[in-house]
Amino acid sequence: MSDQEASQTSGVIKKFLYVNRRAPHGSNYAQEGLEVALIGAAFEQDVAMAYIDDGVFQLKTDQDTSEIGTKNFSPTYRALGDYDVKKIYVERESLEKRGLTQDDLMPLVYEDEDDDWEEKPMINLVTAAELQDIIEQSDVVLNF
Amino acid sequence: MKFSVVVNEGPYTHQASDSAYYFTRAVLSQGHEVMRVFFYHDGVNNGTRLTTPPQDDRNITNRWSDLGKEHNLDLVVCVAAAQRRGIVDEDEQKRNSKDTNNIADGFRISGLGQLIEAGIQSDRLVAFGD
Repeated sequence: MSDQEASQTSGVIKKFLYVNRRAPHGSNYAQEGLEVALIGAAFEQDVAMAYIDDGVFQLKTDQDTSEIGTKNFSPTYRALGDYDVKKIYVERESLEKRGLTQDDLMPLVYEDEDDDWEEKPMINLVTAAELQDIIEQSDVVLNF
Repeated sequence: MKFSVVVNEGPYTHQASDSAYYFTRAVLSQGHEVMRVFFYHDGVNNGTRLTTPPQDDRNITNRWSDLGKEHNLDLVVCVAAAQRRGIVDEDEQKRNSKDTNNIADGFRISGLGQLIEAGIQSDRLVAFGD
């Protein structure tokens, strides 16, 4: 990705929604999905992430992959705020089915440039019905 | 209407690449534009010219190459996903000091920015894969 490439799309701002449905480990969809969100930041689009089904495990605290020999990329989620991602939607029903609460998720924050760079939480718990509306209102939905 | 297509699975194991191919052909035959076909995840494996299926089966890679040539399609393989899976063009061969390359005719390797750009510039971004 070059600056030139990014500038060719300047002016158009679409709502991008990355829907993450799979557990963080066991396949690399989660890792490669996260890479899309980070690269996409250079295009200055309106970006949101959604986590449903086993995807909610991606945001779990204290992930440890040492015994399966894969890369633990979970610290990267903490960088999302620096990449202008400010909205993370976690489906409440998916969390509850898996015996999780918001306290089990990483406390992800972004710095609000419009509010003296105050740190604000990124994670919003939403119902399946609310998430349906969010998906409907998005221009580009990519599923990982 | 301007379409872009995303292929997220490799050839043969899943039907995704076949479906994406037929969709792309249908879109073109209806007179629409296909701005780009972007190959991500295992989808990058559609872009190796070393693909050698039995003679009585379809050659999924050659089919993409032929469609690309016929319609001047932009067939883009994601570089990060390609590096992990050993899909290499001449530039990548030099950059990573590999002894060969295997990119198929009509495919090119580029960054994920091409996917985002396709999402911004296309009227519809249609993804195929699990």
